[in-house]
Amino acid sequence: MKKFCILVLAFVLAMSAMSACAKTEDAAMTYAQFEAAALQSKVTVETYVQAKQGWWEDNGVGVASFYTQNEDGAYFLYNMPCSKEDYDKLVPGTKIRVNGVKSMWPEVNGEIEITEATYKIDTSKTWTASAKDVTSLLGTDALIKEMNKFVSFKGMTVEAYNDKGDAFNYKWDGSGKQGDDLYFKVSVGGKTYTFTVESYLCGKDTDVYKAVEALKVGDKIDMEGFLYWYEGANPHITSVAAAK
Amino acid sequence: MKRRLIPFFLLAALLLPLLASCHGSRDSRAFELPETFDLTRRYEITFWAKNDTNKTQADIYEKAIADFEALYPEIRVVLRSYTDYGQIFNDVITNLATGTTPNVCITYPDHIATYLTGENTVVPLDLLMEDGRCGLGGSELRFSSPKKEEIVGKFLGECAFAGHTYALPFMRSTEACYINKTYVEKLGYTLPETLTWDFVWEVSEAAMQKDGEGNYLVNGQKVMIPFIYKSTDNMTITWLAQKDAPYSTSSGEIGIFSSETEAFLREVFAHAATGAFSTFKISSYPANFLNAGQCIFAVDSTAGSTWMGSDAPLVDIDRERIVPFETAVMTVPQLDPENPKMISQGPSLCLFGKKDPQEVLASWLFMQYLLTNGVQIAYSETEGYLPVTETALADPAYQDYLARAGEDNALHYPVKIAAVRLLRENIGRTFVTPVFNGSASLRDAAGQLVENVVKSARRRETADDAYFKKLYRDVAALKKLDRIGKPIGGDLGPLPKASVVFLSLLGAVWIGIAAVFLSGKLREKRRKNKKSIEK
Repeated sequence: MKKFCILVLAFVLAMSAMSACAKTEDAAMTYAQFEAAALQSKVTVETYVQAKQGWWEDNGVGVASFYTQNEDGAYFLYNMPCSKEDYDKLVPGTKIRVNGVKSMWPEVNGEIEITEATYKIDTSKTWTASAKDVTSLLGTDALIKEMNKFVSFKGMTVEAYNDKGDAFNYKWDGSGKQGDDLYFKVSVGGKTYTFTVESYLCGKDTDVYKAVEALKVGDKIDMEGFLYWYEGANPHITSVAAAK
Repeated sequence: MKRRLIPFFLLAALLLPLLASCHGSRDSRAFELPETFDLTRRYEITFWAKNDTNKTQADIYEKAIADFEALYPEIRVVLRSYTDYGQIFNDVITNLATGTTPNVCITYPDHIATYLTGENTVVPLDLLMEDGRCGLGGSELRFSSPKKEEIVGKFLGECAFAGHTYALPFMRSTEACYINKTYVEKLGYTLPETLTWDFVWEVSEAAMQKDGEGNYLVNGQKVMIPFIYKSTDNMTITWLAQKDAPYSTSSGEIGIFSSETEAFLREVFAHAATGAFSTFKISSYPANFLNAGQCIFAVDSTAGSTWMGSDAPLVDIDRERIVPFETAVMTVPQLDPENPKMISQGPSLCLFGKKDPQEVLASWLFMQYLLTNGVQIAYSETEGYLPVTETALADPAYQDYLARAGEDNALHYPVKIAAVRLLRENIGRTFVTPVFNGSASLRDAAGQLVENVVKSARRRETADDAYFKKLYRDVAALKKLDRIGKPIGGDLGPLPKASVVFLSLLGAVWIGIAAVFLSGKLREKRRKNKKSIEK
C-alpha cells in the first residue's frame, strides 16, 4: 500500500512538473532587435526594473506600469498584470524576463512600450542604471534613441507655465489639485520643454513632488527622470535639485 | 457517545448567532422621509463630482456650492473632484464596505446597479421627488427647483430601474461624428443628409490610396486613419441597437455573443486590416488625428466637441501640426437613415443612504440645486452638454447662447454648439442599454470585442469561425460575464473539470495515506493483542 501511495504522489508531482515545463521559452532579444521589430509584433526581452508606477486593479486583475532598462536599452511595460505580492518584489534592480507585444501610444509620435506583458523574475542578478545626461540632445532627432532610459538634464531654467506666471500646474491645464500630475516648463539654449511629475510614479509625499511645488520661475535646476514620450519628449521626473 | 456530542452542540449554538450577526452587520436601515427638515442643526455633506479635465467645470461646481451655502448656511458641502468616472466608481465600491460613501455623487445608472448589491446603499428618490415641501419644485425650498415634469422625461426615465428612480440626470450628451468635410469632398464624395456606415466605410477605404512615396493622396502625409471611434463599447452597442440585434435583457440575460455581432465585427476586422479604421485605445484621441488632417471621421462624445476641428479651443497637439479644414458635425453612422438611433449618455446624480435621515434630506436639497437653471446652463456651456430640464432649455439666456454660435471660438465655438443642437434635435432618437448588476461589465465586453478584433487585424491574424468562438469565450471570461446578474460574493458556479480531476486525485491520495496509516495502526494493535495473549 505504501508503495502505491508513493507511486500516486510521484505521478502527481511528475504531472505538475511536466505542465510547468511544457512551454519552451523564446530567446531574449537585443535592444537592436527590439527596435527593428514591427509594432504589434511579439517581443521577448530581459531587463531590469528601474522604477514602477502604482499598483491597481483593472477589472479584478492587478496591474502596474514599470520603467525598465538593461545595459543597451530601455523598455516601458504598460499595465503589466502582476499580483500585489509580486509587485512588492519587483523593486529597482530586479531582473525580469518579459514577453509581450511591442506597441506605441499615441500611434504617431508616441511612447514605445510593451503591452500584454507577462514576466518571470530572475533572481540571478540585479542591475540599476545610472542617469545619462541628455541635456545636449534636447530638441534634436537623436533624443528619441534614448526613449524610456533613466536620464538627467543639467542647468535648465524654470519658465512660467501659464499666462499667470505660475511655475507649475496641477494637471496640464491647471484643473487639478495637489496629488495630481505636476506639469512645469524648463528651458535650455533658448528652447522650452514641458516636463512632468507623474503622480502614479512620484506622489505628493515624494521629495520630487514637493521640490517642484516649491519651484520659482527663473530657478536653475538639475533633474533626473525617465524619458517618457507623448507627442515628443515628456520626461517623467524623479528628482530635482538646484543646478550645480 | 451522546455526552461527547454535547460540547459540539453547545459550540455550534454559540457560534451560529455570531455568524448571523456578522452577515450584514452594517447599518442597513432604509431611508425614511422625515416629517420636517431640521434647520436648527448644522450639516456637512460630501459631493463627489467629475470634471472633464476642465478648470471651468470645477469652478462651476465651486460656485454652485457657494451659492447653495449662501441659501442654506446650515449646510456645508465638501467637494471631491475626479477626472474619471471609473475612479469614482472604484472609490464608492471601496467606501461602501466601510460605510463612508459620499452623500451626493456623480454617477452612471450602470454603476448604481452595482452599488445596489449592498443593502440600502443608494436612496430611492421616488418619495423625495414627490414631497410637496422639499421635493422637486417644493414649497419650502429656498430656491426655484424644477418640478418633476420639467425634467426632460426621457432623461429622467433613464434613471429609473428595478421599480424605483435612483438618480436625477445632471447633464446629457450623445456621440457625434466630427467630419473633415474638406477631405470628403476632395475624395469626390458629398456628405449625405444622414451619415451611414456604408458611406463612412466607402470613403474611408477611398482615403487609403497612396502616391509612389508612400504619402496618402488625400492629405499628402505619411499618416491617415480615416475612421477612428473613441468609445468602442458605444460603437458595438449602437450598431446592435440600430440592427435591432440582441445585446441584453433588463434582467441581465446576455445576447451580445450573436451572429449579428459577429457580422459587425467581421466588417470592423476588414477595415482595420486595411488601416482604414482604428480606435482610441489603439491609436489615440480621434481629435488629435482629425485636427492634424490625419482622420476624416472622428466619433466622440458631444461632450468632447471643444477639442474637435482646426479652430478648436482645446488642443492636445502642437498647434503647428493643425491643418485647416471645414468641420461637419453629424449623427453617428446609421444602418437605417429613416430611423436613426444614437446613445444617450452623461452624468447623473445619486444619493447615498446615511444613518441620519436629516443628513440625507440636506443632501437631497443640494442635489436639487444642481438642477437649477444657473448651474445647468453654466455647466452645459463648458462642453457639448445639454441641460436636462425644460426650464433651462427654454431659458432666454440659454437660447441666446445657442443663437450666438460662431461669434467666437471659445464660449460660442460653432462645433460645440452644433453638437449640442444635434442632441437637442434627436432626444427622441436616443436610447440607453438595460441596467442590472453586471451591465457595466457587459458594456466593457462590447468594447473589448472591437479592440481585440482591431488588434488581430493589425497582427494579420485570421478571422475565421474558430477565431470568433475563441474571441467570445475569451472576452466573456475576461469580463466575468458568467457571473452577471448574480450578487457580489455569491455562488461561484461549478468547478472547472481540470480542478475537479485534480482535487479528486488529491482526495484519493489522502484517503490512501489515511488507509495505510489506519491499517498500520490496526496491525500494530493486533500484534500487541497477540503478544498480550501469548503472555
